Amino acid sequence: MKLFGSAARAEPLPEAAFSALLGRALWPRLALGLGVLLGVALLAAAIGPVAIPADAVARIVLSRLPGVSLADSLPQSWQDIVWEIRLPRVVIAGLVGATLAFSGATYQAVFRNPLADPYLIGVAAGAGLGATAVIVSPLDYTVGGLSLVPLAAFAGALTAVGLAYALARVGRTVPTVTLILAGVAISSIATSATSFLMINHNERVLTTLTWLLGGFNLSEWSKLWWVLPYMLPAAAVVLLYGRILNVLQLDEEQAQQLGVNVERVKLLLLGAASLATAAAVSVSGIIGFVGLIIPHAVRLLWGPDYRQLLPMSMVLGGVFLILADLLARTVNSPSEVPVGIITAFCGAPFFLYLLRVRQRAVF
Amino acid sequence: MLEIRDLTVAYGELVALRQVSLSLGAGELLGVVGPNGSGKSTLIRAITRLVRPLGGDIHLDGKEAGRLSQRELARWAAVVPQNPYLPAAFTVLEVALMGRTPHLGLLQSEGRADLAVVRRALEQTDTWRLASRRMGELSGGERQRVVVARALAQGTPLLLLDEPTAHLDMGHQAAVFDLVRQLCRREGKGVLAAIHDLSLAGQYCDRLVMLNEGRIVGEGEPQEVLSPQLLASIYGTRVSVFPHPLTGRPVVTPMSEAARPGLEAKGSVGTLGS
Repeated sequence: MKLFGSAARAEPLPEAAFSALLGRALWPRLALGLGVLLGVALLAAAIGPVAIPADAVARIVLSRLPGVSLADSLPQSWQDIVWEIRLPRVVIAGLVGATLAFSGATYQAVFRNPLADPYLIGVAAGAGLGATAVIVSPLDYTVGGLSLVPLAAFAGALTAVGLAYALARVGRTVPTVTLILAGVAISSIATSATSFLMINHNERVLTTLTWLLGGFNLSEWSKLWWVLPYMLPAAAVVLLYGRILNVLQLDEEQAQQLGVNVERVKLLLLGAASLATAAAVSVSGIIGFVGLIIPHAVRLLWGPDYRQLLPMSMVLGGVFLILADLLARTVNSPSEVPVGIITAFCGAPFFLYLLRVRQRAVF
Repeated sequence: MLEIRDLTVAYGELVALRQVSLSLGAGELLGVVGPNGSGKSTLIRAITRLVRPLGGDIHLDGKEAGRLSQRELARWAAVVPQNPYLPAAFTVLEVALMGRTPHLGLLQSEGRADLAVVRRALEQTDTWRLASRRMGELSGGERQRVVVARALAQGTPLLLLDEPTAHLDMGHQAAVFDLVRQLCRREGKGVLAAIHDLSLAGQYCDRLVMLNEGRIVGEGEPQEVLSPQLLASIYGTRVSVFPHPLTGRPVVTPMSEAARPGLEAKGSVGTLGS
């Protein structure tokens, strides 16, 4: 029996078979996703105590482009509500959702652990502690227009992820159980330190508390500069490493034998994800579960290839958090529900589901 | 092609390899044999720099391995690990394409040329027909052959196999080693294979190195290395070695305790060729 006999020279495959085999259908998916994202953003900007038609929202936005004036006939109050109040909120919610989702996917990939998420492994709480320390300090926390809050949050986030990783590591692996336990412990320490700081600075307790609970009610355009300068480079780095993250899903030894400088890649990607998480936390406080459920939803829908998982997680994370924030400000109108409550309400059951099912089947 | 001199490796206090020296030429199939824990896997891990040696050096075609980047190293030597973890959700094609990693820059993704290489590797291991299946759906033997294909796709002059057929049935064991030998002969690859099964090693390898407790205790043609005396002293059990009726290469089997006294009395435990 000639089992592996001398193989005939491979003939070239037709283009369609090539793409199909590799499952490379990212672009149509991404276009669809971005379309949905745009639609959801317009919808969210249209809904509120003052109902404004979606087409009016679109005209107000387009009129911001130089040389376009489609909104002259619309009431000035509409223009103010859409441009100054609702849109910054929608845009920042979208950015934060995208950031938390791709950071979560990155943590899951680097730890090779399906339950890693910025919230569960203590990164968000660490970032919260760093940010609170700056907010309650008597120092002026902006230097040359840039706020120190994201940087302090970054320091806190890095400390937390470093501790979680070091504590959870058993030999060469990071088992789920120890990672979650370490994350819970670090989160508790960081949260109690944060509370301690707040209690000792009564005058700012309301500001910090509102911020920590998580939400977008303080959003304004200037807050974009708290997120974008950190989120964009971090996202660029992580997206570049999509293919390498796939190789890392084997195990560290195999990845190294395939030519990946594992330690350097891990350090770079954990740094990028933590920087992005810190920026997200510094504008919107601690919002849980987005980083956990979005990458898993993408995995269930379209498979585990990080080259499509990362961009699709960003889009879906944006859509999810814009919708969650829309709920947060409408379900109990005129008062607001912290958006973290909405995401936890959707996310916690999903977390339990993931704990129960065989994780490896989708991961 | 591969030159190792006085290699010493330790894990903390435990010395895994002591002053091991060996060489491997292009087109040669070198078997590394020895009991569990004798240092076979450590040798492969040291060549691919998963462990840093305490002493000695490794040269690949005259270049010191320690000075190559991880990527350059992976273009020199491909590994088939003993029991690799493979994520269940990835397809066979995706896993095999990972073999192209050392040839791709950060901004590149796999192109048609890479796919052609991978397709050939999958055809050589009889797994092309499984290309779109997920790893979780494969049998142990199929998975192992995909890993062999991935190593072939790396396109390296040197192939390091760590018990490549430990989970395969006899037919597939033979098929893998037939392929490996073909790669040596036709493409001039140098192959170092850690092999548990002494008879298999005896049938296929050009040369054997026997390790025991991290030391080389025998080296040479299979007939020389696989002597009953050496095997008995290393494995702590009596074995019988006889030439294969067709190839004349050594076949090794352990003897049951019951059979031993009588055989000893008759003195029928012979060395090969005696």
